[in-house]
Amino acid sequence: MIERTPLLNFLTYAVMVVGVFMVFLPLWLVFVGSTLTVREINIPELHLIPGTHFFENLQAAWARGHLGGRLFNSLIMSLGVATGKVVMSALTAFGLVYFRFPGRMLVFWLIFITLMLPLEVRIVPTYAVAANALWPFQSILDAAGVTDLIHALSGIQIALEWNLLNSYTGLILPLIATATGTFLYRQFFLTVPDELLEAARMDGAGPLRFLAEFLIPLSRANMAALFTIMFLYAWNQYLWPLLATPDRAGFGTTAVVELKLLAPTVSTNGGGTPDWNVAMAGCLIIMLPPLIFVAFMQRHFVRGLIATEK
Amino acid sequence: MEKRATFSKMSVGVMFILPQVLLVFTFFYWPTGAALYWAFTLERPWGGGNEWVGFDNFRQVFADRAYWGSIFRSLIFASATATLSMSIGLLLAIACDRSLKGYQMFRTVFVWPYAVVAPAAALAFRFIFAPEAGIFSMIVKAYPEFWNPAQNGYHAMTMIIICYSWKYAAYCFIFFLAALQAIPRSVIEAAALDGAGVLRRVRDIQLPLITPTFFFMLVISITDSFQDSFGIVDVMTDGGPAKATELLVYKIYFDGFRGLDYSGAAAQSIVLMLIMMVLTFFQFRYIERRVHYS
Repeated sequence: MIERTPLLNFLTYAVMVVGVFMVFLPLWLVFVGSTLTVREINIPELHLIPGTHFFENLQAAWARGHLGGRLFNSLIMSLGVATGKVVMSALTAFGLVYFRFPGRMLVFWLIFITLMLPLEVRIVPTYAVAANALWPFQSILDAAGVTDLIHALSGIQIALEWNLLNSYTGLILPLIATATGTFLYRQFFLTVPDELLEAARMDGAGPLRFLAEFLIPLSRANMAALFTIMFLYAWNQYLWPLLATPDRAGFGTTAVVELKLLAPTVSTNGGGTPDWNVAMAGCLIIMLPPLIFVAFMQRHFVRGLIATEK
Repeated sequence: MEKRATFSKMSVGVMFILPQVLLVFTFFYWPTGAALYWAFTLERPWGGGNEWVGFDNFRQVFADRAYWGSIFRSLIFASATATLSMSIGLLLAIACDRSLKGYQMFRTVFVWPYAVVAPAAALAFRFIFAPEAGIFSMIVKAYPEFWNPAQNGYHAMTMIIICYSWKYAAYCFIFFLAALQAIPRSVIEAAALDGAGVLRRVRDIQLPLITPTFFFMLVISITDSFQDSFGIVDVMTDGGPAKATELLVYKIYFDGFRGLDYSGAAAQSIVLMLIMMVLTFFQFRYIERRVHYS
């Protein structure tokens, strides 16, 4: 459409340029901060020109935050959540759409409800479950009297225990236990024509074959979108890894949890001059991986955000 | 919607959904049930299981002034961040939707803040707003009373609201732009032929047509501000100074894990769950039905 609106065009550009400025200013201040020395950064003036100590600060932050191990933990956790989610929601949606069994709608609603309550609001009991993932099953056995029965019969006391704290499993599993991807796949599977299944069955394909050779290739775009979203979602997690990794010296934690410990406080630098330069260098290292990831996956990222509504 | 053609083996179908059902049971329904159980019971001081106390925990929570304070602060935080981030996101989306030359570049940049890890943004803004270094140190040198988020609760709250909105405006932008671009071009061209200018079309066509997205974003940003604020609060202020930035989830965390008051934290969790469910229900039922123009 061709319209001549020079004044409005100018205003539109002005709005967008101000927007770009608002996006970049904080990021630029972080970058400049990470290039100064402790003395320079504490001079009360606006620092807009980068200094010369960038690599020293990066090294200092890397060593202080144990960032090698922390970033590795973040990577494993994010890959685990994204892969687990992509695989598990595909299986569930397939089972819900292509099979008939009693209680199917009940299962559908039970999974649907999980969308309503994020991990943050049930954080305390989830922590208790992660401390012993078999606690629910032990309680059921106790309540059903099975524990007492076996104790009386054989003298063996059943005490199921599986501690998930300080483990990748513990970081990953609670984050997969939601419905986010299941509905994405379900909606998509419902649009696949019935004739495709009929034709596949006529050629002798079973459920697994149909899933692997027809549905999965068809839903490749959805999978990429879901993978991108879940990867970022997992990388950005803060509260859950904070609680699920109490053993900081051994297992360590994720990079994002480490961020807070980089901030200069009275306790970390003994009341000396706050070394914001090192903190900003660490901040930069930790915020970079998701930014690069999104830059490469922008199309999938936006698509996934809108499709999963999260 | 149902499929006409399905597989007949029932047991195979159950196998497909079993992993997720087990996972959801263990990490969703059991913890939610445990929260309910703890909310209505109290651990006996010398062990020996929990004692049923009815609504006592809730009475205690609601009698606590600190709890009402955290509800009030969460509401302030939710409305301030929703207003700021939605208006900025909408303005930028309308600007980008005009598809002027080079708008793709702007669009790419506007998405970025959403990809910045919330606690990293928090650390960045904590530095930017630090009175001892950075921009504010200049002003503070001249007027020491002007800015001190470590002591002044209002300053601390302003700081977390700005940080959260900076990140969340990008999220609003993505949804508003998608909604604007979903409007059929023919509608807008017809209006242009009738002589409606750009601003008139924004007011009378585009904005009314994206009302469903607008209300959707309103509810989502309120529920998100309850859950996603934790990282920002923890990194920037630790809920301080003097609990001035203690929002609902932060208080649950603090009472549960620092205070080891599982019953109190569980009762607070249940209240928060109810708020979230009401909001989600409201969104599904009311908004989806009333605001629909297609």
